[in-house]
Amino acid sequence: MTVRRSLVGWIFAGPALIMLGLFFFVPVLLAFALSLTNFDLYSLADYGNTEFVGFANYAELLRTPLFWKALGNTFYFVVVGVPLSIAVSLGAALLLNGAATRLVGLFRTALFAPVVTTLVAVAVIWRYLLHTRYGFINYVLDAVGVAPVDWLGDPHWSMPAIILFAVWKNFGYNMVILLAGLQTIPSDLYEAARIDGANSWQRFRHVTVPALGPMLLLVSILTMAGYFQLFAEPYVMTQGGPVESTVSVLYFMYDQGFKWWNLGFASAVAFALFLVMVLFTTLQYRFARARGMD
Amino acid sequence: MRARSGGRIFRFAVMLLLAAFAVFPLLWMLSVSFMDPGEASRFPPPLLPEAPGLSAYRALFETTGIASYFLNSLIVATLGTFLSLGFNGAAGYAFAKLRFKGRDRIFQLLLAALVIPAQVTMLPLFLMLKELGLINSFAGVLVPVATSVFGIFLVRQYALSIPDELLEAARVDGAGEGRIFLQIVVPVLTPILITLALFTFLAVWNDFMWPLIVLTDQENYTLPVALAALSREHVQDNELMMAGSVLTVLPVLFLFLALQRYYLQGLLAGSVKG
Repeated sequence: MTVRRSLVGWIFAGPALIMLGLFFFVPVLLAFALSLTNFDLYSLADYGNTEFVGFANYAELLRTPLFWKALGNTFYFVVVGVPLSIAVSLGAALLLNGAATRLVGLFRTALFAPVVTTLVAVAVIWRYLLHTRYGFINYVLDAVGVAPVDWLGDPHWSMPAIILFAVWKNFGYNMVILLAGLQTIPSDLYEAARIDGANSWQRFRHVTVPALGPMLLLVSILTMAGYFQLFAEPYVMTQGGPVESTVSVLYFMYDQGFKWWNLGFASAVAFALFLVMVLFTTLQYRFARARGMD
Repeated sequence: MRARSGGRIFRFAVMLLLAAFAVFPLLWMLSVSFMDPGEASRFPPPLLPEAPGLSAYRALFETTGIASYFLNSLIVATLGTFLSLGFNGAAGYAFAKLRFKGRDRIFQLLLAALVIPAQVTMLPLFLMLKELGLINSFAGVLVPVATSVFGIFLVRQYALSIPDELLEAARVDGAGEGRIFLQIVVPVLTPILITLALFTFLAVWNDFMWPLIVLTDQENYTLPVALAALSREHVQDNELMMAGSVLTVLPVLFLFLALQRYYLQGLLAGSVKG
């Protein structure tokens, strides 16, 4: 490898690496530094008002009830939303895979459409669909004799409503990935199972699931990472309410950082979320390994 | 045999139901956007407008300044797309086909960095851009989206298939590296560059949290930020809000439908990150 050749490589890769370095890696390090200071509105006026406080922000975080509430809400969203989303994705992929109709392409496009839509715009639509008096969902429920639900105004229903919306918005993404996975499973595996007398549930359980294992793991890790970053849905649909039932960790970070300008404290929130995500991903990986899914 | 065709019909019915679940909200949005003011705030909710009209769109354009938000979104998404093609395209090629010191280690580092959520960078990035005078500017919106590890990865995986002999032959013929890139590499990479352009355009067009933070003046809002603000002011104006949603969603939906093949290709290639 000559110096000249090496230089050419750096010229092509350099601009992107400089951008990533300046606007991603440096901010990550600064975010950690910031989380160790009392940077707030006064610091914004004059950086001299900033002091190093060690891990005081993290300690305060642990004493802040709203942070725990936000963490609990985010867990709720992740723990219910991720399995539900993947179940719908897998169901849809199985339907499309086995379908003997020429309309498969059309169906796939229809099911995928919500994925590419603008989150804020479709959240606005869903806020209307979920409207207590005029919403279509309560209309359908009314038709089958269920009393109207105050979806976004009742703290018990606000998170389920947001989860329903998230499943609608996202299931097509994993569906496409899982469908591609299903198409790689050789059909003689199913034939062999059929000859051995396996019924369709047994074929699903003992052929499909093991073959899809690594892909399911990948898809669930990615979906989980995405769902931990819940923000726009509550911002548009509920503004964190009612009674803080939809305040997510990022919503809390946004409020602390960009509404109250407690940037030091908010950085600690961001790092706490990062830690939780790493922890969950590791756990999931271990769990999958123990079950031989990777 | 009868049981099997019964199962087939059942599957088809479930699939129809699922498709209805996916598409209905979008169709209803379209329908309500053509209703007269107040028409949608009724029970039972009307499925189709009594007399389809453009009053919601007229109100949207006359009272909310949506045209300028639309233009802002278009400018930001277009610029972001070109920046992404330049930065990620060149870097993706370099990581696949050019040898330079530390290349593979740097690439490993970039992939490892994918676990860090972008929101961690937002607070210090805001302060940095404040120092640079880029708050409330399109440049501020674009800085974190112009380059992405995902984009570099996408191009690299595709560029790996370019035969080294092709590049060597051009070098022996005395072609410069810039010319090789533009005349040999870019044509081969075209499909993946279309994919990258599509992904970037959609991502920037749909992005919400960062533009919300960095764009402080209403006149610079992109559509999602403007729409979120409008939805807080116009809680009752369903027709108006649906018209605004139509205007926001349709461009990306059309773009996706037109270039679906490229989109799905990228999704599957990039599912290492997602």
